[in-house]
Amino acid sequence: MRGQVLAIALVIAGGVAVSVLSLANYTSLITTRAAYYDDYRFADVFVTLKRAPRHLAAVIAGLPGVQAVTARVEASAKLEVPGFDEPVSARLVSLPPEGQPRVNRLFLRQGRLPHPGRSREVAVIQSFAEAHDLTPGDRFAAIINGRRQTLRITGVVESPEFIYVMPPGGMLPDYARYGVLWLSRDALAAAMDMTGAFNSLVARVAPEVPVASVMAAMDRLLARYGGTGAHGREDQVSHQLLDDELVQLRTMATVFPAIFMAVAMFLLNVVIQRLINTQRDLIAILKAFGYSNRQVGWHFSQMVLTIAVIGLVLGMGLGVWLGRAMGELYMQYYRFPALLFRLDWGWMALVSGLTLLVAWLGGWRAIRHATALPPAEAMRPEGPARFRVTRLERWLTPPRFSQPSRMIVRQLFRSPAKTALSLSGVALATAVVVVGNFQFDAVTLMVHAQFARVQQQDAAVTFVEPVNASALYSLRRQPGIRYAEGRRVVAVRLVNGHRRSRTVLTGLPEPAHLQFVIDQDLNPVPVPEHGLLLTDFLARSLAVRPGDRLRVELLEGDRRRLELPVSGVTREFLGVGAYLRLPVMNRALGEGPLINQALLNLSPEQATATYQALRDMPRVLAITLRRTMLDSFHQTMARTFLTFTLFISALGGIIAFGVVYNTVRISLAEKGRELASLRVLGYSHREVAHILLGEVAVLVLAGIPLGWLVGYGLAGAVVTAMQTELYRVPLTVTPQTLAIAASVVVASSLASGLVAWRRLRGLDLVAVLKTRE
Amino acid sequence: MATPDVVFRTRGITKVYDQGEVQVQALRGIDLDLFAGELVVMLGASGSGKSTLLNILGGLDVPTAGKVWYRDQELSRASDATLTRFRRDHVGFVFQFYNLIPSLTARENVAAVTEIARRPMSPEAALALVGLESRMDHFPAQLSGGEQQRVAIARAIAKRPEVLLCDEPTGALDSATGILVLEALARANRETGTTTVIITHNAAIAAMGDRVITLSDGRISGEHRNHTRQAPRGLSW
Repeated sequence: MRGQVLAIALVIAGGVAVSVLSLANYTSLITTRAAYYDDYRFADVFVTLKRAPRHLAAVIAGLPGVQAVTARVEASAKLEVPGFDEPVSARLVSLPPEGQPRVNRLFLRQGRLPHPGRSREVAVIQSFAEAHDLTPGDRFAAIINGRRQTLRITGVVESPEFIYVMPPGGMLPDYARYGVLWLSRDALAAAMDMTGAFNSLVARVAPEVPVASVMAAMDRLLARYGGTGAHGREDQVSHQLLDDELVQLRTMATVFPAIFMAVAMFLLNVVIQRLINTQRDLIAILKAFGYSNRQVGWHFSQMVLTIAVIGLVLGMGLGVWLGRAMGELYMQYYRFPALLFRLDWGWMALVSGLTLLVAWLGGWRAIRHATALPPAEAMRPEGPARFRVTRLERWLTPPRFSQPSRMIVRQLFRSPAKTALSLSGVALATAVVVVGNFQFDAVTLMVHAQFARVQQQDAAVTFVEPVNASALYSLRRQPGIRYAEGRRVVAVRLVNGHRRSRTVLTGLPEPAHLQFVIDQDLNPVPVPEHGLLLTDFLARSLAVRPGDRLRVELLEGDRRRLELPVSGVTREFLGVGAYLRLPVMNRALGEGPLINQALLNLSPEQATATYQALRDMPRVLAITLRRTMLDSFHQTMARTFLTFTLFISALGGIIAFGVVYNTVRISLAEKGRELASLRVLGYSHREVAHILLGEVAVLVLAGIPLGWLVGYGLAGAVVTAMQTELYRVPLTVTPQTLAIAASVVVASSLASGLVAWRRLRGLDLVAVLKTRE
Repeated sequence: MATPDVVFRTRGITKVYDQGEVQVQALRGIDLDLFAGELVVMLGASGSGKSTLLNILGGLDVPTAGKVWYRDQELSRASDATLTRFRRDHVGFVFQFYNLIPSLTARENVAAVTEIARRPMSPEAALALVGLESRMDHFPAQLSGGEQQRVAIARAIAKRPEVLLCDEPTGALDSATGILVLEALARANRETGTTTVIITHNAAIAAMGDRVITLSDGRISGEHRNHTRQAPRGLSW
C-alpha cells in the first residue's frame, strides 16, 4: 500500500503545489509593489509639456487634493559605453537640489545621489549598471542635446517609476541598450536650455480626492505650456506593464490552480475509491467483529485523511519552495528593492479545506459502498466477475485474437465507467502538461510574429523632431544602409463618447516594405486608403466598428482634434495601435511630408560603422536594433517562461505518475489471481505482464490524444482570461508541446510499468492460488 | 538414470517455510516414484504436507533440500524460466478453487492453454471429454461450481500433459457434483494415459486410484495398491 499512498499523495501535492506557488507569487508581488509605491511615493499623476516656468510648480502644488509635486526636466540622450559598439540610448531625469525628489523617490543600491551643481555626476538605474557591469566611479560618454560630455557614476538606483524599463517603441525590456539616468537639475537644465523651467511633472494626490479632477485642473493650467495632457498611473508604461503582468499572474493564480486542483481532485476521488474497493474483505471482517459502519467509516476516513494530509504538507512545502525560487526569478525582471514573500493564509486554508473535503468525499462514497454489503456476503468467496461479449468487441477484435489480448479488451469493455475514469485520468494529466507548455508556444509565436513578420527592419531611428521625408534619401546614400523607410508616429487620445484611450497613431507608407500590420494569420494587412486601421482589442474597448467615426486628439504639436473614420480592424498580439496611411496622416496634421522615424535595412559587415555614424547625427534621438530586442527576449522572458514550463511539466508528470501507478497497482490487486493462474498454466512472466501492462498501454495511448484535445480547450480558457492591452496571447499549441505532454505521460507510465513488472515477478504463485477469490 | 516408466522421482525432499519468527517444516524427507499412466490418490489431513509436495512436483515451488527429477530433468535446481517451460509443456493443474479466467468463456479458457502448448487437442474436444460441449460459450459466472471445475479439468488436459496434478478438486463441491468431476478425471486418465495425482483429505476417494499414498506430518506414512479401481459413480461420502 505504501507505493499507492505515496502516489495518491503526489497527485495531491502536485495540485496543491501549483496553487500555492501561483497564489504566493501573486500575493507577494502585489504586497511588494504596494509597499514600494508607498515607501517611495510613486506618483498618481504624470504630465509632460514643452516648457513651463518653475514657479508654476508651486501653483500646481497648491491645487486642492495635491499632496506633493516634483517638477523636473526630462531628456533623451545617446550614450557611448566603453567596450560596447551598439547604439545605447537613455532617458535623463533631473533631481532637485535637495537630492531625493518628493515624488518618485529613488532606492539607492550603491553609492550616493549626484551632488547638486556637479554637472558630470550621474546616478544610473541598476538594470543598466548590471548589463554593463558599471559601478560608482565608472565613466561613460553621453550626447545630450547634441553635445558630448563624460559622466561619472556616483550611485546605482531603482525607481518605482521604472520597475519595468522599456525602451520607447520597444516591446520588451533591453537593459544593455536602454537605461535611465538621474542628473542634478541644474546640470540637466543647463544642457537642455531649460534653466528655470520644467518639462515634466509628477504629483501625488490625496487618497480621498478623485485623480481625474486633479488632472483636469492641471491640464487647464498647463495647456498653454504645451502640456500633452495629464495621465494617471494606468497610462504610465511601467505601471501598466506591471499591472498587466499582475492581471495575468492573477489569472494564473486562479484559473491555473483551479484547473490543476480540479484534475488532482478528480483523480484523488477515483484512486481513493478504487483503493477502498480493494479493502472490501477487510471491511467485512471488521464488521463481522462487531464494528459499526460508523466506526469502519471513521477508520477508513482516517486513512484517507492521512494520505490527504501527507499530500497537502508535501504540496505546501513544494509550493512555498518553488514560489520562492520563482520570486527570485521575478526579481531579475521586476526590479523591486526586495521581494516581500507573502502567503495569503485565507487562500491556503481554502486550498487545504478543499483538498481534505474532496479526499474524504472520494473515500466516503467507496466506504459506504463497501459497508452496504452484509459481512457474510462480503466474506463469502465471490463468484467470478460477470463478463459478456459486446457487439462492439465482435466488430473490433479479429477472430484469431490471442486469449490474453481478448482478456485486455474484455476488461476494458466490462465496466465502461471505470475505463472512462482511467482514461480521463490519463487525459487530464496530459492536458495539464499541454496547458503548462502552451504559454511558451504562445509567447514564441507572438515574438515570431512581431520580429519575423511585423518588424523586418534591422534598425529603427527616432528623430528628435519631425524631419522632411527627403531625409530618407540622404540616409540611403550612407554607406552600410541598404534601404530606408519613413514613418510618422504621434501620441494621441482616441475618444468615442465617454470611452477614451491613450495610444500611438502611426502613419505608414503604402506599400510598406519593412514594418506592417498583420492579421491573425500573420498576413500583412494593407492600411485602408482613407481612415483608420485599429487593433481589434482597441476597437472593442472603444466600442467602434468599421464605418464609425472616432475623435482623435493629438497630444503633441498644435494638439489639434480630428474626426476620422474607422476603416478597418485587425488583430495584433502585441500592443495596441491606430494606423493611417502616411500621406493621409500628413494631410490631417496639416503638415508637409514629414516623418519622425526611419526604419533601416543594414549591411551586416558595416553595421558597427553605421551605428556610430547614426549616433553622431544630431537629429537622431534613439536607435533600436531588432536583433537585440530578440536577444533580450530570449534572455528574460524566455528564461522565465521556460522555468515556469519546467515546473508545470514536472508537476504534470507527477500527476501522470500518480494516476498511472495507481491504475497499474489496483489492476494488479484485482487481477493478481488470474495472472497467477496463468503463470501456473505455464505462461511466462513476460506474457503475463502483457496482460497487465497491455491494458494500461491501451488506456495511455487512447488517453493521450484525448488529453491533447482537453489541453487545447483549457488553453483556450486561459487565453481568454489573459487578454490585456499589452498583449493577447494567441491560442497556439505546437506539435512540440503535444510531444512533450505525451512524453511526460509515457515516461511516467513506463516508470509505473516498471514497478508493476517487478511486482509481478515477485508474485507468490502458490499463495495467490491458496486464497479464495 | 530413472527407469523409462518412472515419471517423477523424489529423494529425501524437505521443505521448511519461514513464517516470521516461526519455522514450519512441511515436508520431512519424501522418497517417491510415480509411474506413467497411473492414477495416484494422495491422502492426508490438513497440514500433512500433501499440497506442498504437489507444488514441488508441479514446478510451482522448490524443495529446501533433497532432489526431484521429472524423467531425467532435475527440477530441484531449475531456474524460474525452466520451471515455467516445464509447467507449460508437461503439467496440467486442477485446483480446489477452479482459477478460471472470468473474462474468458469456457472455450477461451481452454484456448488460453492450447495456444501456448506444443501438441494440444482442440478446446472443443477437451470440453467434450468432460461433458461440457453444450456450455462452451458460457462465461465462468454463468456456470455452476461443478461445471467450472470441469472446465478447469478440460483446460488442464487440453495440452495433453504427461502429468495431471489435482489439489482437492472436489473440495468446494457437493458430493454429487464432486463425483461428476472425479468421473471426468478418471475418464481423462483412461483415455489420454496421463499420469494423474489427486490429493484429498477425503478417504472415500481413495478407492478410485491405482495406488493410494498416505501422508502425515510431512512424511509418507502408508502406501497401498488397489487391485481394482472403483468407478467414481460407486463412491459416496
